[in-house]
Amino acid sequence: MTSLKPPPTASEGSAPAAALHGGIRDPRTLILRNLRQSGIYIAFVVIVALFAFLTDGVLLSPGNITNIVLQYSYILVLAIGMVILIIAGHIDLSVGSVVALTGAVSAVLVIQQGYPWWIGVAAALAVGVAVGAWHGFWVAYVGMPAFIVTLAGMLLFRGLTLRVLDNVSLSPFPAEYQKVATGFLNGLLGGHGYDAFTLFIAAFAIIGYAVSVFRTRLARIRYQQSVESFPLFVARVLLVAAVVMYFAWQLAHARGLPIVLIILAALVIVYGLMTQNTVFGRQIYAIGGNLSAATLSGVKVRKVNFWIFVNMGLLAGIAGVIYSSRSNGAQPAAGNMFELDAIAAAFIGGAAVAGGVGTVVGAMVGGLIMAVMSNGMQLEGVDQSTQYVVKGLVLLLAVAFDIYNKRRAGATR
Amino acid sequence: MDADVLLQMRGITKRFPGVTAIEDVSLAVRRGEIHAICGENGAGKSTLMKVLSGVYPAGSYDGEIVFDGRAVHFGGIRDSEAVGIVIIHQELALVPYLSIAENIFLGNERRGRAGFIDWNRTNADAAGLLASVGLDENPVSPVIQLGVGKQQLVEIAKALSKEVRLLILDEPTAALNDIDSAHLLDLLRRLRDQGITCIMISHKLNEITAIADSTTVLRDGRTVETIDMRSGDVTQERIIRGMVGRDLDSFYPSRESAPGEEVLRIEDWTVWHPVQPRKVVDGASLNVRAGEVVGIAGLMGAGRTELAMSVFGRAYGRDISGRLYKHGKPIKARTVAEAIDNGIAYATEDRKRYGLNLIADVRANVSAAALDKLSRAGWVNGNEEIKVAEQSRQDLNIKTQSVMDPVGTLSGGNQQKVVLSKWLLTDPDVLILDEPTRGIDVGAKYEIYTIINRLVAEGKAVIVISSELPELLGMCDRIYTLSAGRITGELPVELATQENLMALMTKEKELAG
Repeated sequence: MTSLKPPPTASEGSAPAAALHGGIRDPRTLILRNLRQSGIYIAFVVIVALFAFLTDGVLLSPGNITNIVLQYSYILVLAIGMVILIIAGHIDLSVGSVVALTGAVSAVLVIQQGYPWWIGVAAALAVGVAVGAWHGFWVAYVGMPAFIVTLAGMLLFRGLTLRVLDNVSLSPFPAEYQKVATGFLNGLLGGHGYDAFTLFIAAFAIIGYAVSVFRTRLARIRYQQSVESFPLFVARVLLVAAVVMYFAWQLAHARGLPIVLIILAALVIVYGLMTQNTVFGRQIYAIGGNLSAATLSGVKVRKVNFWIFVNMGLLAGIAGVIYSSRSNGAQPAAGNMFELDAIAAAFIGGAAVAGGVGTVVGAMVGGLIMAVMSNGMQLEGVDQSTQYVVKGLVLLLAVAFDIYNKRRAGATR
Repeated sequence: MDADVLLQMRGITKRFPGVTAIEDVSLAVRRGEIHAICGENGAGKSTLMKVLSGVYPAGSYDGEIVFDGRAVHFGGIRDSEAVGIVIIHQELALVPYLSIAENIFLGNERRGRAGFIDWNRTNADAAGLLASVGLDENPVSPVIQLGVGKQQLVEIAKALSKEVRLLILDEPTAALNDIDSAHLLDLLRRLRDQGITCIMISHKLNEITAIADSTTVLRDGRTVETIDMRSGDVTQERIIRGMVGRDLDSFYPSRESAPGEEVLRIEDWTVWHPVQPRKVVDGASLNVRAGEVVGIAGLMGAGRTELAMSVFGRAYGRDISGRLYKHGKPIKARTVAEAIDNGIAYATEDRKRYGLNLIADVRANVSAAALDKLSRAGWVNGNEEIKVAEQSRQDLNIKTQSVMDPVGTLSGGNQQKVVLSKWLLTDPDVLILDEPTRGIDVGAKYEIYTIINRLVAEGKAVIVISSELPELLGMCDRIYTLSAGRITGELPVELATQENLMALMTKEKELAG
């Protein structure tokens, strides 16, 4: 496909192999080199361990793990869309209002008008997409900064929420609708004091993961790229398997597999793959890294910008459904400050303020750090004021650490 | 110690984790001379100047610095400025929306009573400084209204305001056209005659031979030699020999010229400025054939880049009119993507701003314009991508440890090779190379020329835009001259000389009727 001469055969294999293999086999250097990436995971483990210790293990009890997932699911859904926008160099301040609006539209249709639950869900998603298209139009085609457009959207859609709800709360939703956020898949395979189905799904997921990473490994070997040593590879897979199984075991001893967790897992997988492995995803990074260079490389910048805002709207709609389902109704003040939690999750998860850097998985870990801290502090009975202070400081320190690391990486050159 | 020597740096060694940037470098600058420092990119010139100006504080390097007879230990840039050492960086550091006067006295404000800024004194002093650098501008006009050449003069005025004794200029003419460069060099001579000692880092050897009293050559972080230039018979070849450690047969690799069929023809191309009501390109027509290198010569502002970018998917300008023919058939290139699909590639003159995603790795930059070819149904084949990036690294000799390293950590010449790799991967028929060797060292230039020759040997059509006439004369088969947006001439290279090209490039008045 290139017009270039084939490389001299003598250097084939040896030179690139040496270049690519250079020093990243040893796990210690691997961790040190990628402190920026791995730092967030280490921090997560430390925070979980700290609160598990402080709460005498209550944090990791089956019921509480289920709770954390249910309580923060909508923030994590928002964080997926948010980190994508942040990578492209934008932001969305309106998502809290959009969560409220989509939930409100759904509530009016289902509770007031008596439509079936799925009409409410469909309408919420449609409204979310429409809001996203609205923002996308102003940002991508008119060329306004997303900060301003979505700040206006934050007011605009909060106002529409009040209008739709006529300033009153609506409740309750029918049971089917409530199941979205509070339902569980369990009992399908029976079990003795635990849910065999949950464990089956987890085992299935682990096998899928193992097969997938093994195939990636084979492909990399075929392309003569560096791979970690086989024992290290096995250790990594076993570690993931152990964590997932432990998590599933705890869930199985509580109420089974939350439906919301299935939705969330599906979204993380889809968006994780989309951002890393598709042309569209790669163009998002290119735009955030250098807008002019992306334009001059043939990236259809407007189109990409438009669609990532539409996507944010869709995810806000999903979050709106989950939140309204969980709170069993729609309130005029719903979703207040959700945008800040979603933005914080993205930045704690390693996204760069200037754009071009960040991952969906990082944002999820960032969101979980906030979730575990909130939950842990609630269990400890720490008052609300302290919780805000601690969360604020964590955001500040996470980004400071990131900048420190970047500077250190720059200084070695 | 020789009283004639203003600055003496001895045995300077600066190490970074894992790499020694400069080792045992010595430099002696005589009072009142222009001392050039040259060397390939990565030779350690910038590191040496950062040590000298205190960017790397005393203690972070080995060796000693003696300035005006006293050993000095700078803890930061303020310390070095306090004794009169001022550095002007390649990337100008002016605030675009502040006035010329405000920029000159930024951080060094002319204060009146109660600490308020004395605007009368500020502007009057600024006017005096502007006169001394020969810049006829109102000190209250914002810097953004000035061209790069004038901004450079403002930087020098700013340095003079600090009572400079040793002025360090890093690539001062890299972004200037020939006229502005000549003006700047004249100014440096005048400053020298007023007793200001000057260190100039430059890749432009013709300027060094024209102006420098001494030249210190660095190679691979070590001092190679200091050449006394005052005898006047030191040639560019002599300096190059020191820089690369060998004789270059020629700046320009030779090539058999065998142009084939016409590949791209541009007819009656007119482009309006995006915001101002004026034509930037006016009825330009030109063509390029397979296996041919066509040059576009023009002064800065002649519309060279604007012509190229507007052809490349209308990436510049508005109300673009004119026709494009590829292999004789009319084509449309209304977007960059369409231009790429039509086999046109444009490598920008400003790789950092328009060419590269500096925070991304080499791989992602190389594949950026050709992801469609590396993907199926929207899914990128990551392994294939790394393979082609690796292939480019070998083919173009991109010096990087791995294709997963960020492009921002590469030297200028290697960054330029990444830009070229990106466009070669789109498999273009026509390559428009805008200043392909700007700001890169002699060795890398030679490599770029070799790549260009390889491409035309494969039957590609290449258009080279360059401010350096010797480069065009050395590389091209045909040269068009552009002046004020119009094509003012077309010469086969056998008939072209710097003199007749320059005459055509400045021939705007009689044509603009």
